[in-house]
Amino acid sequence: MKMEAFNDRNVADNGYFLVDIEDYPTDGWGKFKRVVRRSFKGELFVGLWVVLREMIKFDIHTVQYPEEKMPIGPRYRAVHEMKRLWESDAERCIGCGLCEKICISDCIRMDTKIDENSRKEVTEYTINLGRCIFCGYCAEVCPELAITHGGEYEQASEQREHFVDYEYMLTPIDTMKAKAQKEFEGFGAITPHEDERVKKTPLAY
Amino acid sequence: MDTAYLIETIIKVVVILLIFSALAGIGTYFERKVLAFMQRRLGPMYVGPYGLLQVAADGVKLFTKEDIIPTNVVALIFKIAPVITAATAFMAAAAIPFFPEFTVFGYTVHPIVADLNIGILYILGVMAVGLYGPLLGGMASANKFALLSAARTAAVFISYEVVSGLSILAPIMMVGSLSLIDFNEYQAGGISDWIIWSQPLAFILFWIAAFAETGRTPFHLIANDHEIIDGFGTEYSGMRWGLFFIGEYANMFFISFVIPLIFLGGFGDGTIFGALGLLGKVAFFFFFFLWTRAAWPDVRPDQLMWLCWKVLMPLAVINVVITGLVMMF
Repeated sequence: MKMEAFNDRNVADNGYFLVDIEDYPTDGWGKFKRVVRRSFKGELFVGLWVVLREMIKFDIHTVQYPEEKMPIGPRYRAVHEMKRLWESDAERCIGCGLCEKICISDCIRMDTKIDENSRKEVTEYTINLGRCIFCGYCAEVCPELAITHGGEYEQASEQREHFVDYEYMLTPIDTMKAKAQKEFEGFGAITPHEDERVKKTPLAY
Repeated sequence: MDTAYLIETIIKVVVILLIFSALAGIGTYFERKVLAFMQRRLGPMYVGPYGLLQVAADGVKLFTKEDIIPTNVVALIFKIAPVITAATAFMAAAAIPFFPEFTVFGYTVHPIVADLNIGILYILGVMAVGLYGPLLGGMASANKFALLSAARTAAVFISYEVVSGLSILAPIMMVGSLSLIDFNEYQAGGISDWIIWSQPLAFILFWIAAFAETGRTPFHLIANDHEIIDGFGTEYSGMRWGLFFIGEYANMFFISFVIPLIFLGGFGDGTIFGALGLLGKVAFFFFFFLWTRAAWPDVRPDQLMWLCWKVLMPLAVINVVITGLVMMF
């Protein structure tokens, strides 16, 4: 459907028309005539035929959930993932703490230290999924595209406070070696072919 | 009364009870499956292959559930009501010939518990007594929805007894007997002998009345889920609710036997093909109960009464009069 159909507010000349509904009968004779008409018009058999046709066509729409799953969109926001760098397999997270800061439901908690190379290292990183509302702000604010959302939406738990930690979210090193890490295509991700569209900053300014 | 007859009768009673209790369960399975397929769903799939053991799971659940008697109910009547529904449904089966007679090891078996000379009258009467199940259960439940359902039950059952009785009167006049065996023999000559050809109106009226008396969908207002919860069954749980259920489904099966026996030639000449034909007809009528449930909306109670007293009942009377005139001249 084209957008014009929605944008054009002048509905009168847009193919709209009043449905021709006849008046309801008021007297007994009129009601009787309506019943006779409805009884012999075969409307009831139309209904019977429709359901029988659907039964014969056997076009079942049920998704048998645990065995079959619907495909989810690439922008689906489920349990978070921590990505690694393609170049070095190192963790992308630089421990800046922006995600913890922006989290509106206060469910991210992280702890960092300076390691021997005087780089910041994440020591503790947990997300309380019981509190998380999956708004996607952490993924959006992350300057390194380190924390993103994944597609794993099954997160039943015995407790309301269901935590996932850094190791759980981090792309396994085997997956990374096999170059099988999936980039998040949704909120905050780099647009495809972004390199070609980058304009160089003229140094002459 | 000799002992062999007594033993044979008891065996037949037990067999009918067991088969139709089981069929009532399997009927729920078929209903769920057929409705599901018509609505592009799959229905029960998990318990057993294709969900076939769902019936057993439901049965275990119903049998082992706590028997709850709510505080303000009239306990005695509340407890008896479901038994009335189930018992009257099975009692009606006594006069139904399920098969032509056959011979096993030189012993001729008549697959009818009692070939009464007032068979149809007995069946209609006992099914009418079935009214007391929902009526008493609803009134004893101390629940306003159950009470509404009880009132509707009384109105619908009594009204449609009139239609079923009058519509069936014309075939009875033609056959000159109330025994279903005699009905069958009257039509034994083949398809051209079926009473439906001479009494099409009576057939349709009786069919419509059958829907009202089993409380099936176009006339499902006795326990209309979207208005009055489960009607008379609202306060029931466990096996007592299950008895209502068995009664309803057994009634559906028995009425599905009665319609072909009266109008569609029954088991015909009594050969194996005739017997299979009867089973096929029963299967169709049972399927039609499920089919309409998927296809048609319910009517309002006042529309139902209007339909009964102003349309169906006069038509039935006219049918009887015309049949009488034709037979006289």
